[in-house]
Amino acid sequence: TQRVVSGEGATRPCLLVPSAWRDETSQKMSKQQPAQFINPETPGYVGFANLPNQVHRKSVKKGFEFTLMVVGESGLGKSTLINSLFLTDLYPERVIPGAAEKIERTVQIEASTVEIEERGVKLRLTVVDTPGYGDAINCRDCFKTIISYIDEQFERYLHDESGLNRRHIVDNRVHCCFYFISPFGHGLKPLDVAFMKAIHNKVNIVPVIAKADTLTLKERERLKKRILDEIEEHNIKIYHLPDAESDEDEDFKEQTRLLKASIPFSVVGSNQLIEAKGKKVRGRLYPWGVVEVENPEHNDFLKLRTMLITHMQDLQEVTQDLHYENFRSERLKRGGRKVENEDMNKDQILLEKEAELRRMQEMIARMQAQMQMQMQGGDSDGGALGHHV
Amino acid sequence: MSKGLPETRTDTAMSELVPEPRPKPAVPMKPMSINSNLLGYIGIDTIIEQMRKKTMKTGFDFNIMVVGQSGLGKSTLVNTLFKSQVSRKASSWNREEKIPKTVEIKAIGHVIEEGGVKMKLTVIDTPGFGDQINNENCWEPIEKYINEQYEKFLKEEVNIARKKRIPDTRVHCCLYFISPTGHSLRPLDLEFMKHLSKVVNIIPVIAKADTMTLEEKCEFKQRVRKELEVNGIEFYPQKEFDEDLEDKTENDKIRQESMPFAVVGSDKEYQVNGKRVLGRKTPWGIIEVENLNHCEFALLRDFVIRTHLQDLKEVTHNIHYETYRAKRLNDNGGLPPVSVDTEGSHDSNP
Repeated sequence: TQRVVSGEGATRPCLLVPSAWRDETSQKMSKQQPAQFINPETPGYVGFANLPNQVHRKSVKKGFEFTLMVVGESGLGKSTLINSLFLTDLYPERVIPGAAEKIERTVQIEASTVEIEERGVKLRLTVVDTPGYGDAINCRDCFKTIISYIDEQFERYLHDESGLNRRHIVDNRVHCCFYFISPFGHGLKPLDVAFMKAIHNKVNIVPVIAKADTLTLKERERLKKRILDEIEEHNIKIYHLPDAESDEDEDFKEQTRLLKASIPFSVVGSNQLIEAKGKKVRGRLYPWGVVEVENPEHNDFLKLRTMLITHMQDLQEVTQDLHYENFRSERLKRGGRKVENEDMNKDQILLEKEAELRRMQEMIARMQAQMQMQMQGGDSDGGALGHHV
Repeated sequence: MSKGLPETRTDTAMSELVPEPRPKPAVPMKPMSINSNLLGYIGIDTIIEQMRKKTMKTGFDFNIMVVGQSGLGKSTLVNTLFKSQVSRKASSWNREEKIPKTVEIKAIGHVIEEGGVKMKLTVIDTPGFGDQINNENCWEPIEKYINEQYEKFLKEEVNIARKKRIPDTRVHCCLYFISPTGHSLRPLDLEFMKHLSKVVNIIPVIAKADTMTLEEKCEFKQRVRKELEVNGIEFYPQKEFDEDLEDKTENDKIRQESMPFAVVGSDKEYQVNGKRVLGRKTPWGIIEVENLNHCEFALLRDFVIRTHLQDLKEVTHNIHYETYRAKRLNDNGGLPPVSVDTEGSHDSNP
């Protein structure tokens, strides 16, 4: 099957080939390639079927960028999960503040960038953390900082896109937001609902239940269902995985079905190696057993990782085609006209200012004349007003 | 200050000088000891048996309040503590209830009996605490409720013709549920405990402790203890009310090592090693609630029910209630409070 992909602009790579999953397909393609070139059997064969490979090669050389935002109350296991997902330690010098310090703190934005390379494919991953979210006693202003950050990134991209030099636009827009829901509650909290409604038109929301080893399987199912019901009830738009296309193989279709059915993912994170059943696994050791991070029967960690990797491209696309376009049209409607006119009116403004200056000078002259007259009038009256300089 | 003579405590007449806040418990100093064995057996020790019989006949009240964010397992824990369906969840497990918009106070009473002893247990639940976006002052309804109970008791006490046994609705113990984040206390926890540790016995409890491994649990407990100390929060058992050395050593051990208790609650039973135990069944093992290797529920239960139940009541009566009473009397210039409101005031007639 041939899939034609149009190469859009030198700045954005179009085809993401996640190493774990599409390796076989790409290897197959590259094996077929030489044969097709050397002996083009089909008379009508042009050769642009090779385009995906070219794009692929270019993209691999260039590398990919992805920005992931992580939001949730402290202590829900966000940092551990991110470290587990990307098998790295993004927060080596972390200091956890005490409650008294948290009282004074406001929500902050901390972005850390890490370059991950796997089988020749480079990923420049930026993780945007939001410490302080949900900690304060009054969380009314919790999300202002976060929303302005997201808007700022859009603004910057818009500015760069409209600029003269578009070769090296850096895409720092937030492509995906993992929203962490507490496993201790009975569903969504008022803060969860308010926040998601405030950003669901700006960023792809992926709800995640962390510390899933707190829940038994039944409790997990109940919580997931409750969360999905509440999301629907409040009309919150979370990121929907696209259905597998009809030309995909059955395995992929089945996998997509499974993924869709497991949202929101309930995960356990850990980078500690524990000995279990004779082999070393990543997990958490309790007196009553070992929770394995990569065991699909224990939690949805693998599913979350799969989803993120196979849909990185789609997440970027939706951010570009939906959220960014929304932002752009809003922005241009609001302030676009002013931006353009400003340039044209610079001269006019200058003229206006000169006119105003002249008017003021005239007014001063008039006032001086009046004062002169008053003084003369005063002299004739015999008053000793004195001379005004 | 008298030296050598045993101090006797005069009746708490209204004319007595208003004591300073936080008076010492109303226990007489050790009197001079007479060794009864020398003179023959008198039978004074039978008073214990008499008291026991009396208690069994009258039964006693115990009021326990649970405070914490929704979903921390408060109702389940109380049910597990008293091995009966005593919390508001008892009716049906259908959590279709929404989070209330303000903090509500719900008191449910039960009479449970064990070994011939009757206990009138009241569980006071506080749904809505800490669940809103803006949780400022969400402890105020709780503080108000606690003071109202003191007021009720004071009114009864002050009556000319008062009941033989004043119904005791005062909160004897407040279990505060800390979310097991593994990091530290939340600002709301600090604020609540700061305000309320002065009016009621607070026992901090780490909820849903099956979320932490043993090291994480130890670290978290240490950090919480430190934070409470740094912020001057005196949780029960308060240091200043240790009566003697024996109490002090026992309570010190509890204060510095065991508290806050990291607990897991459950009302379901499973078969483990041939026994039926209360627990939680997960794909990676069964968490036994009463197994000290798994969680500290048994410690909490022993502490609250088996060893310190009476002390909780005494501290409430002798310290917290007296503080409230002293403040009220001071406000009224040393006179008994005049019952201005129309509800519940008795006429002074037989």
